[in-house]
Amino acid sequence: MGDYTFDEIYAIVVMQSFSGVSLMCIYILMGLGLYIIFGQMGVINMAHAEFLVLGSYTMCLFSKFVTENMPAFENYYVIFAIPLSFGVAFGVGYLVEWFLISRLYHRPLDTLLATWGLSLIMQQCFRSFIGAREMSADLPEWLLGSWAASDIIDIPISGLVLLLLTVFLIVGLALFKTKTRMGLRMQATTQNREMTGALGINTKMTDRITFGIACGISGIAGAFFTTMASTSPSAGTNYIVDSFLVLVVGGLGSLVGLFVSGGFLALLSSILEFFMTGSIAKVWLYLVIFVVLMKFTRGLFSDKVRS
Amino acid sequence: MMHKTNQLKRKLKTLFSVFFLLSSSSFVMGNEEFPTAEVCKTGLAVTDDTVTVGQLHSITGTMAISETGSVEAERLAIKQINDMGGVLGRKIEIIQEDGASDWPTFAEKSKKLIIQDKVACVFGCWTSASRKAVLPIFEKENNMLYYPTFYEGLEASKNVVYTGQEAVQQILWGLDWAYENLGARTFYLIGSDYIWPRTSNKIARNHIERFLKKKDSKCKVVGEEYYPLGHTNFRSLINKVKLKKPDLIYSIVVGGSNVAWYKQLKAAGITSNKYNLLTISTTEDELLGIGGENAEGFYACMKYFQSQKNPNNQAFVKAFKEMWGEDSVIGDVTQAAYLGPWIWKAAVEKAGSFDIDNVHAAHPNIELPDAPEGYVRVHETNQHLYSRAKIGKITKDGQFEVMAISDDLIEPDPFPKGYQ
Repeated sequence: MGDYTFDEIYAIVVMQSFSGVSLMCIYILMGLGLYIIFGQMGVINMAHAEFLVLGSYTMCLFSKFVTENMPAFENYYVIFAIPLSFGVAFGVGYLVEWFLISRLYHRPLDTLLATWGLSLIMQQCFRSFIGAREMSADLPEWLLGSWAASDIIDIPISGLVLLLLTVFLIVGLALFKTKTRMGLRMQATTQNREMTGALGINTKMTDRITFGIACGISGIAGAFFTTMASTSPSAGTNYIVDSFLVLVVGGLGSLVGLFVSGGFLALLSSILEFFMTGSIAKVWLYLVIFVVLMKFTRGLFSDKVRS
Repeated sequence: MMHKTNQLKRKLKTLFSVFFLLSSSSFVMGNEEFPTAEVCKTGLAVTDDTVTVGQLHSITGTMAISETGSVEAERLAIKQINDMGGVLGRKIEIIQEDGASDWPTFAEKSKKLIIQDKVACVFGCWTSASRKAVLPIFEKENNMLYYPTFYEGLEASKNVVYTGQEAVQQILWGLDWAYENLGARTFYLIGSDYIWPRTSNKIARNHIERFLKKKDSKCKVVGEEYYPLGHTNFRSLINKVKLKKPDLIYSIVVGGSNVAWYKQLKAAGITSNKYNLLTISTTEDELLGIGGENAEGFYACMKYFQSQKNPNNQAFVKAFKEMWGEDSVIGDVTQAAYLGPWIWKAAVEKAGSFDIDNVHAAHPNIELPDAPEGYVRVHETNQHLYSRAKIGKITKDGQFEVMAISDDLIEPDPFPKGYQ
């Protein structure tokens, strides 16, 4: 590093830290939907990544619709696309819980197989009904560029928005769980299903809404991922490993754990990728995770999970 | 009266029979000129009026995105050939199989096409992995594969015709162009982590360190990195690029990663205003996903761009859009796939036979003067194509503006000496 001036190194440290924070947000967004479904319902949703992709497609198709039909609206549609993605993914999740998951609560291994099958079905549906080619949302110009803080430092605008969105979702989720009637019902159902039922709460409906909300949050995450990656029928395969990774390292079913493990993985891969080249950094990342999991077999933070 | 009508009837009858004889004899003549027993001695699926060929691409799975264009281009070429009267008076019929982005499936389906359907040749494969999977079968069963993708070279089978460029054709001239026209002296090599980008960058590094360095001692490679397929986080890499400030970012990122790569470059302020980027992996197809505005002003080195102005290309683009829809885009590989059936037709007609050995013997020096990309010729020995390399600059609408075309046809050299 001897060839570089202090300013350059300072700038790189700032930018690299920011990209670490962005990566942490991505990890958290990826894991959030999976965490809710596992933490609250004990279901491992192998079709999780397809709900992310569903959100991405909603964003892409909506953007296409807007650019074709109401070009004047182009700069602001993103604000409406996010709730729309939530709505679509919520709807699909709600139906999936109703027709598939609710029949399998007592057979966890079958849920695994069923949701995996669901992921394949969803992939093929994307391919058949939307098309095999990659899609991209036409993003408004203000979201694409960077904010040049100095000559060398460029902070991506999309990264800033990502950070805001993540904070908003996490705070929103925490408030929802503790402050709203529905949230309390969700928690009650998680803690003691029979007792909750006896108190007159419709636990089946609660499950359905919980699953829907989790899918909806994945939909929002997916919609946002269109700002940095492509959308294709099999894009989910790129997300699923990282989603599980962040959840497992964090300790299944803990929001704090999700937060910490997202941060830990982001820090680790930012440092490794900076000092090594791409693929090798990935190898070291998995090695470190391997060691961490040998030490903390239940993840960094593990709450009690309904057994 | 009676007598007259009878006469008329008889006259009409003779007229009809003459007409019938004439029309059928012209039909028979086609086969007399090329009787089935003569043009096909090895039991391929050739009848008096049809010849069956195979098409083997991924219609499902990850690769469907890329391979769809090739399927469409081959179908267009075959339709056009059939409209012109077919090959040796025979209409081409297609049996299509799906490789499903899975290499063992490719092998299995190629066996089915060759052994069970006895196809006269196969248009197919896209990735090197799928080609390597079917190669032993084509060699053992002696059939012919027309392979459309630009690839890493290091192969020259007598059972494959490579209608895309091998690495040397795509790399050397492009780097020279960047050296001359962009003043590129320092290079940062980036690729997805598999054989094609790695082999290509090896050739690029050799060229920079041994040939360009002789011209200017400042020439050097300041970084070389690979990321797994499907990788979507390039932020750390981008920061390293910013630190090293290369004159040229040389990019061979493929598939879904491509989109993440360009979007993040733009988000980090690496645009064509400040940096030069030359890619050999981004075509109009990928730009559809990336969005032209995210890569505007960067360069690509290919042998074909949809925006080429020659009349042959304009006719091709028009026919393609008529058949597959106004929205379709045509990338380098799609055009190369379009050449496959035409080269096969020319070879079969030159040989006067569908038999693989005769077709193989006929391949050298076959010319397509009117190809959309411009004149091409099959190499004397290795069944690759001589073609001209071109540099295109990415425009906002996801197309390329052609900046330069190599003066000479570039010889295909799949085993380049001094580069391995």
